[in-house]
Amino acid sequence: MNFDYTEEHLMIKQAARDFARKLEADVIERDRTATYPTAHVKEMAELGFLGMMIDPKYGGGGMDSLSYAIAIEEISKIDSSVAVIMSVHNSLVSYGVEKYGSEEQKQKFLPRMATGEHIGAFLLSEPEAGSDATSQKTLAEDKGDHYLLNGTKNWITSADNSSIYLVIAQTHPDKKHHGINVLIVDRHSPGISLGAHEDKMGMRSSDTHSVMFTDVKVPKANRLGEDGFGFTFAMKALEAGRIGIAAQATGIAAGAYERALHYSKERKSFGRLICEHQAIAFKLAEMYLKIENARNLVHKAAWLKDNNKPYSLAGSMAKLYAADIAMEVTTEAVQIHGGYGYVKEYHVERLMREAKLTQIYEGTSEIQKIVISRSLIKQK
Amino acid sequence: MKILVCISNVPDTTTRIKLSSDQNAIDLSNVQWIINPWDELALTRALELKESSGGSIESVSIIHVGNAGSEATLRKALAIGADDAMRVDAAPADAYAVAHEIAEAVKDKNFDLILCGIESSDYNGSAMGGMLAEFLNMESVSSVSKLEIEGAEIKLNREIAGGYEVIAAQAPVIAIVQKGIAIEPRIPSMRGIMMARKKPLVVVPATGAKALTEFVHYTPPQPKAACKMIAADNPAELVNLLHNEAKII
Repeated sequence: MNFDYTEEHLMIKQAARDFARKLEADVIERDRTATYPTAHVKEMAELGFLGMMIDPKYGGGGMDSLSYAIAIEEISKIDSSVAVIMSVHNSLVSYGVEKYGSEEQKQKFLPRMATGEHIGAFLLSEPEAGSDATSQKTLAEDKGDHYLLNGTKNWITSADNSSIYLVIAQTHPDKKHHGINVLIVDRHSPGISLGAHEDKMGMRSSDTHSVMFTDVKVPKANRLGEDGFGFTFAMKALEAGRIGIAAQATGIAAGAYERALHYSKERKSFGRLICEHQAIAFKLAEMYLKIENARNLVHKAAWLKDNNKPYSLAGSMAKLYAADIAMEVTTEAVQIHGGYGYVKEYHVERLMREAKLTQIYEGTSEIQKIVISRSLIKQK
Repeated sequence: MKILVCISNVPDTTTRIKLSSDQNAIDLSNVQWIINPWDELALTRALELKESSGGSIESVSIIHVGNAGSEATLRKALAIGADDAMRVDAAPADAYAVAHEIAEAVKDKNFDLILCGIESSDYNGSAMGGMLAEFLNMESVSSVSKLEIEGAEIKLNREIAGGYEVIAAQAPVIAIVQKGIAIEPRIPSMRGIMMARKKPLVVVPATGAKALTEFVHYTPPQPKAACKMIAADNPAELVNLLHNEAKII
């Protein structure tokens, strides 16, 4: 066993922290106006955060999942909108293309994804297929040399600001989920239109839309894997994505805790600093313990993935636990701040709004419990 | 042209300094180490110059006097973009010893421009750069807040009372730089971090230069007294307290 970070891990943590400090300047305003962080995403790309796990032969940083989890956590302490743009691009889209794409597809798409010139979006959810991802209504009809896409996708992160879509769609409805494919689609293809910008509760600086496909032609060469691989692909990509979202939830909790600790050491009531009141001190102790537990689960899942061991169970546990404690810790952080916590200037109400989404997206907490319990029951 | 940047390894500027129980040493346990902020700005400017030189600046090297424990700080400088590093293997005893060791290590290496931060944020000695220039018998300019290379000429702005003077120098020269030399330090890129271990970090044996000074004793500053608030409409009380309690008027 070794719990030490390497020198590189520490450098990545500091680099992510230094980058995140720059986000703080306008994070409240971007949240209020739901403005996409264009300049920050550009800098994030220049620093290599958007290609950090891609193999250096395709222009990436070649870093492990633990490095990625460390970076996501630091950025999420300040701004989860930027973190989710990074997470979807890295651990769903880039990971998916690199792990399951052909050499030709990797050479065509990865270099520009590594530099952030292409930002990725992952299109799985539908109006009537959220957790029930097998009931895909979007059709990818086989037309010989191309697929013809028709249908609607919902809740798509970076729908407007990405250039590469990974679209999950049904080709053979009679084969049910074995008939589903995954296609790499140019976001600017004719026939693609976006629904309104969703007016979200949190992570308001990332853009979320529904996406409509009307007779969109996709070359057959853009299909990832064999015919019918789409559903397995989506599940595998989400398995990897959970580590990123679990790290994000841990970061949201840690960011709220750090602000609450700082506040409790400055604010006085009844003649003492509020951190000296047991009511507050015990809250801080519990918050810290939960964050440490979440981080250990995230890092273990990342370690398993980096060592090519099965990580589905560990990833689901990390995501379930980190998302739940993010909600608890941010709520307590608001409580410690009292009235100040309820106004935007102190950040913790925003972190509380952001935390809620981590229990919902990339597999709800309830889905994680299904994954975990099924995995336990299957074990001998 | 070859540039050298001198790097000092210092405690993070937010470190709460603790003294040993006999107050004869600083307790360095649990300290996070960083590149001295002025040296980091010097490195940033050196990299900017190299990138805009169109190839005429062939390399930016760094040098440091310190023990093996400071190599993480040097690798961060490599991750930010320095091409190679030298570590003179000796504890940095004082400015004289450090300047002497650096001079011995680089005297035959023909650097055209050497950049030093104006001071280090730990002991704030402000002496190393000038001493290095003497040991190397090189021209030096201090308090440099702007540095441009125009052909064979190096233009430096030197801060003086009420303004600055512009100095034109020829290589080789030592510039002792301060705030303003670069806007903000760079964050290392992910690729830079991965490349850092592949760049040369050469350990140079020390020549055994002796320090001219020694630290005898440390005394922490007096803790700040509690702030007393006086109502704005009560100047008489203010005068009374300044006169009778603080005894400064």
